[in-house]
Amino acid sequence: MSPMRRLVLVLGALTGVLVLAAAAALFLGSAQLSPSAVISAVAGRAAPESVERVVTLSIRLPRIAAAVLAGGALAVAGVAFQALTRNPLAEPSVLGISAGAAFGVVIGQSFGLGLTLREAVGLTAFAFAGALVAAGAVYLIAAVGRGLSIQTLLLAGVIVGIFFSAAITVVISLLDFNRLGGVVHWLLGNLAPIPPGALGLFAILSALGFGLVVTHARELNLMALGEEALLQLGVAADRLKLTIFLGAALLTASVVAFVGPIGFVGLIVPHVLRILLGSDNRLLVPAALVGGGIFLLLADTLARSIVAPAELSVGVITSFCGAPFFIYLLRTRYRANL
Amino acid sequence: MTLAEFRNVSFAYPAAEERRARPFALADLSFEIAPGEIVGVIGPNSSGKTTLIRLLTRVLEPASGEIRLEGVPVRRLSRTDLARRVAVVPQGILPQFPFTVGELALMGRYPHDPGRYFESPRDRSVARAAMEATGVLELADMPLEHLSGGERQRAVIARALAQEPRLLVLDEPTAHLDLRYQVEAAALLRRLNRERGTTVLLVSHDLNLAAEVCDRLVLLNGGRVAAIGGPEAVLDETLLAAVFGCAVVVDKNETTRRPVVRLTWRIDAPSAGSADRREVRETK
Repeated sequence: MSPMRRLVLVLGALTGVLVLAAAAALFLGSAQLSPSAVISAVAGRAAPESVERVVTLSIRLPRIAAAVLAGGALAVAGVAFQALTRNPLAEPSVLGISAGAAFGVVIGQSFGLGLTLREAVGLTAFAFAGALVAAGAVYLIAAVGRGLSIQTLLLAGVIVGIFFSAAITVVISLLDFNRLGGVVHWLLGNLAPIPPGALGLFAILSALGFGLVVTHARELNLMALGEEALLQLGVAADRLKLTIFLGAALLTASVVAFVGPIGFVGLIVPHVLRILLGSDNRLLVPAALVGGGIFLLLADTLARSIVAPAELSVGVITSFCGAPFFIYLLRTRYRANL
Repeated sequence: MTLAEFRNVSFAYPAAEERRARPFALADLSFEIAPGEIVGVIGPNSSGKTTLIRLLTRVLEPASGEIRLEGVPVRRLSRTDLARRVAVVPQGILPQFPFTVGELALMGRYPHDPGRYFESPRDRSVARAAMEATGVLELADMPLEHLSGGERQRAVIARALAQEPRLLVLDEPTAHLDLRYQVEAAALLRRLNRERGTTVLLVSHDLNLAAEVCDRLVLLNGGRVAAIGGPEAVLDETLLAAVFGCAVVVDKNETTRRPVVRLTWRIDAPSAGSADRREVRETK
C-alpha cells in the first residue's frame, strides 16, 4: 500500500470516529433534551429562543469544537516536542511549557483581558510569551550536559512547572479575586463555551501551528537520528528546530489561552497512535490532530456527565488518565534508556 | 581525478568547548581519496578521526585549508548537495522511536528531494536495493530495536547507501559489535566496494579491521598525519609503538596476506603523543 493511501485511510477512519464522538457529545448533557429536539435544533427547525436551540447550538456545539481543537493542538504539540527533544516522554505540560503559558494568561487576565476577539489576541500573545520563556528556561537548565537526556529534561520541566505554578498563585493572591472569577476552574482546564470570534481565532492559530509542524513531518523523522546525522542528511538543523519549536509553542499557547493548561493529552494520544501506526511522523502528525480531538472530546463528555448535573474539569480526567500512563511508559517502554 | 581531497586542513575546537574535554585540533592535514578506493583513517583516541568526518560533512568548518569533493570545495556545496555525495554511517546510535528498517533506509532518500512529503516510487526502489545490498531487505518491517547489533549496523549502512553517495564514510563501524559481526561488516564493505564500486572512507581505531579492508591507510597522531600508505607500510612496529605508546608485533595473516597487529601487553616503547591520550567520550 502506498504511504499516501495509508494516510488517507487512517485519516478517514479517525475522522469517522471523531464524527461519531461529536454526535454522541451533542446528544449528551445535563439538560435533558430528546434526540429529536437536538436534531431539530441542529437542522435549524427549533424556535429561536427555545431551550434546545440555545443548549445545542450555543453551549454544546461550541464546546465540542473547542474540545476537538484543543485536543488536536495538544496532541500535535506533543508529537512535535517529542521529536524536537528526541524524548518520548516530552509533552507541553510535562515540560512546564503549559505552566509558563498559563502564567502569561494570568498576567494578561490581570490586565483585564478576556475572550472578546481583540482581547483574545492579546491573551494568546501573553500565553505565547509565557510558553517561550518557560521553554527557554527548561532548555537552559537541561542543556548543561551533552544533548538533552530524558532525566534532566523531565526534571527541568518539573522545576519550571512548579516555579510558574507558584508565580500564578502569587498573581492570583495579589489581585482582587472577583476579577479572576473563573481562574481556578480554568487552571484545571475548562472547556466552557468560547465566543464564536475567539473560537475562530483559536482555529486559525491552531491551523498555523499545525501547518508549521506538518510541513516538516519528514524532517521530524530524520531528527530521531541525532543532530549530526540531521546535518549530514542535508537538513538546516537550526532553522528546523526553531520552526518546530515555534509551531509547538504556538499550539500550546493557544490551547492554554482559550481552554486552560490541560495536561497529558500530548503524551497519551501520540503514544497510542505510535502503537497503532508506527513512528513515521508524516502519518503521526495528521493522525494526532484528529486523534487528539477524539480523545479530548471523549474526556470532556465524560467530565460533564460523570457527576451530572455538576461537572468536572476536563483536565481532571486527562490527568487521571495521563499520570498512570506516564508511569507505565516510564517503567516499561523506556526503562532501558533511563 | 580525486574524489575527495583534504588540503592543509587545520581545525581547533573553540575554547568554550573545553569543558567537553576536547581541547583538540587537526593540524595541516592533507590526503586524497581516489574513486573506488577504500581508505582507512586510524589513530589513537582523540587523534582527530571523528573531527575529520565532521569537517568533511560540514558539521564543522575548518579554520584553514580546504576540503574538496570532485574538485569542488565543500563549503560551496549546499547541505543537500553534500548529502547526495557523502553519506556517513555514525557510531551505533539507536533512535528513541521504534522506526523500522525500511523507514530508516528511506530516510537516506531525503537529500534527493527534500520538498516531497512521501518518497517517490524510485526512492522506494533505491531504498529497497540498498537494503538488499546489505542483506536486511527481509527485515524491512522490523523495528530497529528488535534487531541484533550486526543487523542494526547493516540497516544503518543501507540508509547511507540509499543516499547513493559517491563516498561512504564509516565511523568506527565495528565498535560494540561481536566478533562475528565484525567479520561480516568487513566482508560487506569489501563486497560493496567490489560489486558497486563504492568508495569508502573507514575511520576506526581497530587496526586489524583497517588492515584487512583498506587499500591505503592514513595514520593520525595528535591531529597530524604520522603516515600515509599501504597497510604494510603504515602498520610498522616502530611507528605504531611511537604513536600508540606501547609495544606491538606486526604479523601477517596467512590466508589474506594482510598485516595483523598484536599487543605484547607491555609498555616498553617510547611514549610519543602521551599528551593526546586523554580519554574522550564520543557522542552516543
